[in-house]
Amino acid sequence: MSIIGPLLIAAIFIVPLWLQKFESKQIKNIAVIDESGILVPTLKSTENVIFTDMGKMTLDEAQKEFSKSGYYAVLFIPKNILNSTAVQIFSNRQPDFGLKQYIAKLIEKDLETLKLLKSNVNPDLLKAVQTPIFVQTIKWTSDGREVEVTMEMKTIIGTVASMLIYIFIFLYGSQVMRGVVEEKVNRIVEIIISSIRPLQLMVGKITGIMLVGLTQFVLWICISFSVIWLAQVTLFPEPAVPTVTNPTATIDSKVMEQVQALGQDDYQYALDIFGSVSNVNWPIMIGSFVFFFICGYLLYAAMFAAVGSAVDSESDTQQFIMPITVPMVISLLMIQVILNNPDGSIAFWLSMIPFTSPIAMMARIPFGVPIWEVVLSSSILIASIIIMAKLAAKIYRTGILMYGKRITYRELVKWIRYR
Amino acid sequence: MCMGFISVQNIVKEYSGTKALDNVSISVEAGSIFGLLGPNGAGKTTLIRIINQILAPDSGQILFDGDPVSEAHIGRIGYLPEERGLYKKMKVGEQVVYLAQLKGMSKAVATEKLKAWFRKFEIESWWDRNVEELSKGMQQKVQFIVTVLHEPELLIFDEPFSGFDPINANIIKQEILALKEKGTTIILSTHTMASVEELCDNIALIHKGRKILDGQVFDIKQKYSSNTFEIKCSGWFDLMASTLTHNYQIIEHQKEGDITTVKLKLQSDIPTNDLIRHFTGLGNVIAFNEILPSMNDIFINVVGETNQQTEA
Repeated sequence: MSIIGPLLIAAIFIVPLWLQKFESKQIKNIAVIDESGILVPTLKSTENVIFTDMGKMTLDEAQKEFSKSGYYAVLFIPKNILNSTAVQIFSNRQPDFGLKQYIAKLIEKDLETLKLLKSNVNPDLLKAVQTPIFVQTIKWTSDGREVEVTMEMKTIIGTVASMLIYIFIFLYGSQVMRGVVEEKVNRIVEIIISSIRPLQLMVGKITGIMLVGLTQFVLWICISFSVIWLAQVTLFPEPAVPTVTNPTATIDSKVMEQVQALGQDDYQYALDIFGSVSNVNWPIMIGSFVFFFICGYLLYAAMFAAVGSAVDSESDTQQFIMPITVPMVISLLMIQVILNNPDGSIAFWLSMIPFTSPIAMMARIPFGVPIWEVVLSSSILIASIIIMAKLAAKIYRTGILMYGKRITYRELVKWIRYR
Repeated sequence: MCMGFISVQNIVKEYSGTKALDNVSISVEAGSIFGLLGPNGAGKTTLIRIINQILAPDSGQILFDGDPVSEAHIGRIGYLPEERGLYKKMKVGEQVVYLAQLKGMSKAVATEKLKAWFRKFEIESWWDRNVEELSKGMQQKVQFIVTVLHEPELLIFDEPFSGFDPINANIIKQEILALKEKGTTIILSTHTMASVEELCDNIALIHKGRKILDGQVFDIKQKYSSNTFEIKCSGWFDLMASTLTHNYQIIEHQKEGDITTVKLKLQSDIPTNDLIRHFTGLGNVIAFNEILPSMNDIFINVVGETNQQTEA
């Protein structure tokens, strides 16, 4: 899983792009029979779609020779195209939807231009009215600088980071619980605690699994990045060439990319994600991820360990897992709210409550969080870890030697009070 | 009070109002086997856990060779819990070496010693097998090795024979006696009274958190003997029986062919020679022996009496 996991993540990024690339590599030859004769000159062939003028050939002749000709389809444009709204595509197979859309758009635009020109509109004027609109978001930082905010990318990173930390905490936290239950069910626990103290066993288990988690995380990062990088280099060697000539050339290239990203199709957008990956402040992101993973994990792992020690089998864990998962799920559900307003009061309070702060903070960090909030949140979190670890150790100490008893919450409180 | 190798002094342990151990003191001589007896829930396991420092007593203390038990003693104690097991997915050899390392042994020494034990039990082929592939009896054997591998001065066995077939139970019994020969002090907690009689030098009987009986096995048996004897003889049994004085009471008799086996109780302190003389006058005595109560009987009697006392 430690190797396959990151490969899967990378595959999620790459496979669709690769498939798209593969798909679009199929060059489609389209034979054009233009009875009107006005559209053929405007139909520009592209890399993937090549239009060939069939001249005076009739539709019947085309049909007879079609199977031998090797064309993908025949595009028939009627004589009265300026007054009509229909063209026809003939083929011996089902023409794909993408092609249909592409041709429709192309002809629509050409016809539009032709009609406007016919009404004596100045071609220059025509060009000038085509105005793409983009919104640039700029943040004034405290030291008076203007920082351009690329909201979309930050939202994506915030979402991914907070989801990941949720998955990591839950994955490794419940692994602690399973380990504790396993030792108890195995009955090896009494052999071990005759050699080391229960607290040592608990701390050792939590630390061990944490290191496994961190190793896996580092592996994920390394493998994902190298695979994505490799894919970028091999599958998409050239940076995307801007196809829209932007009239406002003063706007810097980053915004351009953004505009393109929003305006163009998914393929272009995905390429842009590759581009933006390198624009993120990775040291801060990874640093805070590791910090909040360790802290969040320690907090939850202590609770998971206590639950594991209190039950006799994994199937009995349900009643105690509920209260642990609820704050996790709440913070997961609130990610969207936090991302919509990373400086709002909901975001603030969720990042102060220790049970939700790791996830909430990871969602907010890409947008920048005031230092004092980070310090306060971390302090609360660390203090909670210490308290939680002490309580968990007390439950654990008694729980691991307790068999055949259905444990209630009242019982747990009693264990905490034991000397 | 005589100070043993292990001295349990006035241990009290309370669980939410009920006393699991109420002022229990025992003393275990160096190089002896000490039987810790008692019905289920008597507090034996709690006491054993306190000696192992798994639990802390509310009051009282444990002395190990004169010093209060501390972490320094952990490597000198070997403990086979009643509820025992191993990591199922781990290889046998690797796991035992790991557990020995927890007891403070170096990896190399542990590996070497373990190999010797595996040769002794002829189980070398188990080394690289997963624990889950072994039968329950095989796992018990491995657990026994785990307990003794680091050559502790004090061994604590809680129901060591459970899960063993008679052959393997005997192997373990012999190993325990061999360890005693080497000078290891052993505390044995069991319900198998036969093994108590065979193995133990001293016992303590714990019931409802209190020690209700302790001492040497021999002394205890004498103390609870009821002057009962068994005679095997041939001859005119009816005549023998009818001429017995009221000082004797026949409990039961059984005739097999020419030979009669009779159980008698001497009512007062009459020399047993008189009894033998009476029988030899009328027939041929083949065997004569005193019937001592089994530990089993003593256990049932003493626990039963204590129950009556507490109810009264």
